[in-house]
This record gives sequence, C-alpha cells and structure tokens, in this order.
Amino acid sequence: MRRVSLAAVAALAGVVAVLAVACDGSRGPGALPRSPDLPPPPNQQQLRPLKGEIIIDGSSTVFPVTQAAAEEFRRYAPDVRISVGISGTGGGFKKFCAGETDVQDASRPIRDTEIEACAQRGIEFIEVPVAFDGIAVVASPRNAFLTCLTTPELKTLWRPEAQGKVTRWKQVRASFPDQPIKLFGPGTDSGTFDYFTDAINQKEKASRGDFQASEDDNVLVQGVANDPTALGYFGFAYYAENVGKLKLLAVDGGHGCVEPSFETIANSTYQPLSRPLFIYVRRTAAERAEVRAFVEFYLSKSFTPVISTREVGYVQLADPIYVALTKRFRAMRTGTLWPQGIEIGATLDRYLQ
Amino acid sequence: MAAETPALPGAELFHPRVRLRKGLGSAFLVLGVASVVFGLAMLAFLVFDVVERAIPWLRVEFLTQFDSRFSDRAGIKAGLYGTAYMMFFTILISFPLGVMSAIYLEEYARDSWPKTVIQINIANLAGVPSIVYGLLGLTVFVRWMALGRSVLAGALTMALLVLPIIIVATQEALRAVPSSIRDASYGVGATRWQTIWHHVLPQALPGILTGNILAASRAIGETAPLITIGALTFVPFTPQSPLDRFTALPIQIFNWTSKPQAEFHDLAAAAILTLLVVLLTMNSLAILLRNRAVRRRAG
Repeated sequence: MRRVSLAAVAALAGVVAVLAVACDGSRGPGALPRSPDLPPPPNQQQLRPLKGEIIIDGSSTVFPVTQAAAEEFRRYAPDVRISVGISGTGGGFKKFCAGETDVQDASRPIRDTEIEACAQRGIEFIEVPVAFDGIAVVASPRNAFLTCLTTPELKTLWRPEAQGKVTRWKQVRASFPDQPIKLFGPGTDSGTFDYFTDAINQKEKASRGDFQASEDDNVLVQGVANDPTALGYFGFAYYAENVGKLKLLAVDGGHGCVEPSFETIANSTYQPLSRPLFIYVRRTAAERAEVRAFVEFYLSKSFTPVISTREVGYVQLADPIYVALTKRFRAMRTGTLWPQGIEIGATLDRYLQ
Repeated sequence: MAAETPALPGAELFHPRVRLRKGLGSAFLVLGVASVVFGLAMLAFLVFDVVERAIPWLRVEFLTQFDSRFSDRAGIKAGLYGTAYMMFFTILISFPLGVMSAIYLEEYARDSWPKTVIQINIANLAGVPSIVYGLLGLTVFVRWMALGRSVLAGALTMALLVLPIIIVATQEALRAVPSSIRDASYGVGATRWQTIWHHVLPQALPGILTGNILAASRAIGETAPLITIGALTFVPFTPQSPLDRFTALPIQIFNWTSKPQAEFHDLAAAAILTLLVVLLTMNSLAILLRNRAVRRRAG
C-alpha cells in the first residue's frame, strides 16, 4: 500500500516532468525575428545586461499595447522579466496604490479617490499617455439608411430616458424608416462603456439598459453584423478586424461627419469618440534602471510604430508628444494633468509644456 | 381483452391497458436514447469544431513559445508550465488533507452534532461557486499571508476549491468498504490504525482515486478563481519557484478568445485541445494506477 501511494505521487510528478521535457525546446529571446522597419534603440548595449522584474497590471484595453512593448523590449533586454495582467483600470489602480505593481495600464486618467489611496501609502506616480483609441459606431452592411449620426442623435438613442421609449428608427431621425432598433454595446464594467456614456450622454455610466451587452466584443460584432436594424459600438480594433462584416458609421460631433480611421483618431478630428490610453509608473519603480529603460523604450521610435499595426490595433501619438513625454518622464514629473478626469475632445498638447 | 383473468375479488377494477403501458415504456426508451444521442452529438460537434480549428496551429513551437501579439509566434509555454506547477502543488496539498479528513470523519469521529454540522458544511462547500474561493484566496493567501500572485497562492486556492469534493468522494469510498472486513481485522487483534491502513484504505483506494481524478479535473479547467487572485495574462517566462508569478492555460484561452484577430480564436481552440490532452493524460494515469491497485489486491 505504501508503495502504491508513493507511486501515485511519483506518477503525478512524472506528468509534470513529461510536460516540462515536452516543452523545453527553444528558450530565450533569440527566437523572435526582428521587424526590419524598426530601428534598434540607441542604448541597445546598455539594455542587454539589465536584470530585474517589472510587474504591470490594469486595463484590458491597454493590455495589447503594453504586451507588445514588453514583447519587443524582451528582444533587447532578455533578462528583464515583465509580466502583464488584466484586472481592469479600477482593479489595477487598487493594486498600484497598494504598491503591488510597478506600472499601471489605464484607459482613463487616475481618479481623485485613487490619488488619495496612492498618497496614503506614499506612492507617487508619473502619468504617461501612450496611444489613442477610437470607439467605432457600427451597423450591419445590410443596413441601407445609416451612414452618419450626429452626437445628439446618438444621445437620443442611448440616454437613460430612451429606455423602452425610443424603439423605432423613425424616432431618431424623421427620414429613417419605421423599423425596430436593436442596440449592442459593451458591458457596464468596460472602460469603453464609461467613455462612450461620458462622451455621448455627458455622464459616465448613464445609459439605457435595454441593449444587448457583452464583455466579449466579438459577440457584439456577430450581433450587429447579422441584424440590418442593429447598431453597436466597441473599440476601433474590433472594427478593423471585421471590415467586411460591418458598416462603419461616421459621427458628426458638430464639425461635420467624420469616419474613424487611424488618421482621424490620431489628429483628433474624430470627436468625441476617441480617447487617450495611459500608463502610470510608480516613482520609486521609475528609479530602477530596468523600469526606466522599459518606459523610455515604450515611448521611443523603436516601439511606437508598432502601436498602429494590425496586431495591436490602436493609434500612435504624434512624435513630438512622445519626445515631450520622454523628457517629462526623465525629469520624474509626478501627478496628473487631468484633475477633472478625462475631458471629451481634449488633445495631449498639455504634455508639451 | 384479458381472457386469462381469473375471478378474483375486485378484478373488474383492473384495466390491463397493455398497449398503453407498453407504448409508454417504449416512449421512455426512445426519450432516453434521444437524450444520450443528443448529449453525445453535442460533444462530438464541439470536439470536432475545436479539433478542426486547432489542427493547423498544432506545431511543436506552439508548446515551446511564449504568448505573442503575432499569432504565428504565439505559444502556450507559460500557461502549460503554470498549469502543471499549480496542479502539482494543488494535488500535493489537497490529496493528503482531503483523504485524512475523510478518514477522520468516517472512521474516528463519533456520530454527534459537531460531526453533523461539519458534514453539512462540507456538502454545501462543494457547491459554492468557484469565484467565492477566488475571493477567499485573494484575501487570505495573496494579501494576508502575503504570498502574492504566486503559483503557491493559486495552488492553495485551488486546493480549497477541490477539498470538499475529495472529502465527500473519499467518505463514499470508505463507507462502501463492508464493515465485516473491519470486524474481521479487529477480531484478530488489529488496532484501529492497522485496520484502516491494511484493510480499509486498500479496499477503498480505487474509489478514492476516482474522486481525486474528478476533483483535479475540475481544478485544471477553473478560470474564475485564478483571475480573481490575479494570475497574470502575459508572462514571457516560466515560474522558477512556487512563489513566482504565473499564468495558466484557461486564462490564456480566455484572453485569446476575446482578441479581435480571428487567428487567435483558432489558437484558443489549439490551447483548448492541449488542455484536454493534459486532462486526459492526467486522468488515464490515475485510472492506470487505480487498476494496478485493484489488481494487486486481487492477486
């Protein structure tokens, strides 16, 4: 009997061992081919000997950007162990202000309550916008009448008072047909939902509740694509991956109809539905060589063009802004430049001063 | 109709309705077969769908590479290691604890109200949603015991999650051992410990192992508690100690299915298939052990 239980333990250890052997093949960063169009960082020689751990957590929206930055950085600094989690912007700030993480991914600026929580633990932070994200408003390609909606029309559709009342397209614009409305949008935990409601209904989280909500944007894509009377909104990257399946709508924020694209999001003409994405770096962590090197790499020309590629799907900022941000970061300028929270339609020029 | 009915008192109250009863019987059979076929067809469809989408992505590199934003460079090495390490510690912790608790409750504890209370609680705990264990793990292991988001914190949380299942299954197995065996052992002068170790446990071992297989299978696929305790998503390294950060296969799958790029949805299918293979390997190993245990006792 004793031998049997020993055998059981040994066998379980065996499974682990077999798995380990099966997986132990190529190791290390050499396996990643380098994209030819990106210049290596000028301080390449200083990066290689760097060691240490960088713990990153926060928004799932910012995750693809930070993941790409970590992946690229690993080619130059293979011994820096960077891990990225997705606890959401709010959940991530809790960990960040408890000193559990070094860098925080955020799809909105830090809130007053979070600043206080950080201050209580003596945690200072450096705020760094890293990219722009656009929210795409989409319909089915079989929909004939929708091409452009004004922000008041979007508000008519989505404001809390519309619940149960605005149910036919004719109610949104008199020239629209008398067809039922089917709405799709992200769940209430999502940063996209927060920003959309803020931008369209002027109040964060104020929205009608009778729409098909899903935390999985792919479900929204399917829902809108198959219903000619449907309308939905989600991150631009999900539209970019499903161009043939969806009809992209232009949004008129008061200066004419503008369709979202990498250009219109980058130059802030697609308003009000584009927003900056941030990382927050703990000041004491930024004093560590590996963290400093990582953030500077994140903002350098060796990485930023990656943001606008298909694999990441966001929009990079203008080069002068990255240069200014790098300077600010090196000078360890702490605190937020968004004391009132995100301002709809704001540019990042404030970081240039 | 029923010609052979003898003249029993009250016989006129009996309506044979053979046709109807036989009809009901066959209808029930058809219903049963249909249920089985439906379940199997759904399973076959799902497995077929996963396998079909996974096949093109199943290469050695898929197992040896870390996650990447490029689908052709993305692999599950971190998830595979994380799951393997975590399951190893989960089993290491939960198996002895669970089996010993069950032995105590079944063989030692007297029938009294504290035992009843414990028993009811264990049965209820087996049905508690896994996210609750995640929250408990976050508070106790990650924060209070300051283990961080480590493999060990994950394993301890998972161990808590499966303990009730293991205890209940082990108790069932111990209860199935005929008391005549215990009586015979006592009869020749064995102590309680000798009786349990030499007679009850070997007899119950197949059942205990089955319970543990089921418990481990449940743990390996759980995502919610891991996300709650803060297992990470992008981890381009393997854990080097039980206190290292990690990711696990279900989290990797969850992350890939929610990406906009369709290739990652197929990669997720490949990861699901890998998880299934790991699960089946684990199960067949345990079944092999169980059969050996059964044979040894028979021989």
